[in-house]
Amino acid sequence: MNNNLTSDDKVRVVFFASLREAIGTHSVEVYATNVAELFESLASLLGNDAVRALKVKNVRLAVNQELVAHDAEIKPGDEIAFLPPVTGG
Amino acid sequence: MARRVLIQTADFSPDQIYRDVLDLHGSKVGAVVSFVGLVRDRDRSAGDTVSTLTLEHYPGMTENSIERIIDDAQSRWSLLDLRVVHRIGTMTPSEQIVFVIAASAHRSDAFAGAEFVMDYLKTDAVFWKKESTSSGTTWIESTAADRQRAKHWTKL
Repeated sequence: MNNNLTSDDKVRVVFFASLREAIGTHSVEVYATNVAELFESLASLLGNDAVRALKVKNVRLAVNQELVAHDAEIKPGDEIAFLPPVTGG
Repeated sequence: MARRVLIQTADFSPDQIYRDVLDLHGSKVGAVVSFVGLVRDRDRSAGDTVSTLTLEHYPGMTENSIERIIDDAQSRWSLLDLRVVHRIGTMTPSEQIVFVIAASAHRSDAFAGAEFVMDYLKTDAVFWKKESTSSGTTWIESTAADRQRAKHWTKL
C-alpha cells in the first residue's frame, strides 16, 4: 500500500517559536495516520533529538488549528502543529 | 461591524479605535474601558535590560483563540463592543504591544470585560514571545501568577 502513496497522502507538520529554532525548520511534510506514526516519520526525517523536543510535556498538539489530545487521529492533508507554551499580552 | 481581532506588525492608535467604537454605537455607550500594554525594558527576574521583544503567532489559530476569549467575555457581561489589537514582530521598549477596548452601558461591564480579556490573552492566546537582553535571548512563558489571575474568573 505504501507504494501508491503520493504527496496528497502527506500531512503538513509545523513548528513554532522555540521548537522551530530547536528543530531548525518551520514545516515538513510526512506520511502518518496517527500520532505514533507521525513521531516515527519525524524521527527518521529530523532525528531522535527533534522528536524528544516535541514530546516534552508542555508542548501541545493542534490538528487543523484545533488543540487535540496526543492520541488524536490524523488524516492526509491535515496540518499538524506543535505548540510550545504560549503567552500574549 | 468592525473586526474584533486585529493582529498586525504596525503600531495602532488607541484614540482612533476609541473614536471608531463611539461612532459605531453612539449614545448607547455609557462607559469605555481601554488597556494598552507596552514593552517593558526589564524582565521580571534579573536586572537585564531588554533590547527587543519579538512576538510570533499562528495565523488563523491565534485569531480564533482571541475570538473565543471575546465570545466568553461577551457571554458574561453586557458589552456593546469588545476588541483586541495585538502586534507581532520585533518591538523595542516603550512600544505599544496590545490594546483591549470594551464599551458598555454601565462601567462595571466594561471594566470586567477588558480585564477578563487581558488576563486570558496572557494564558490562552496563541502567541510566543522572545526577549532579547545583553545576556542572550529567551522564550517567555505565561507565569504562575498569570495563570492564577486567569483562573480566578472561573470561580465567579
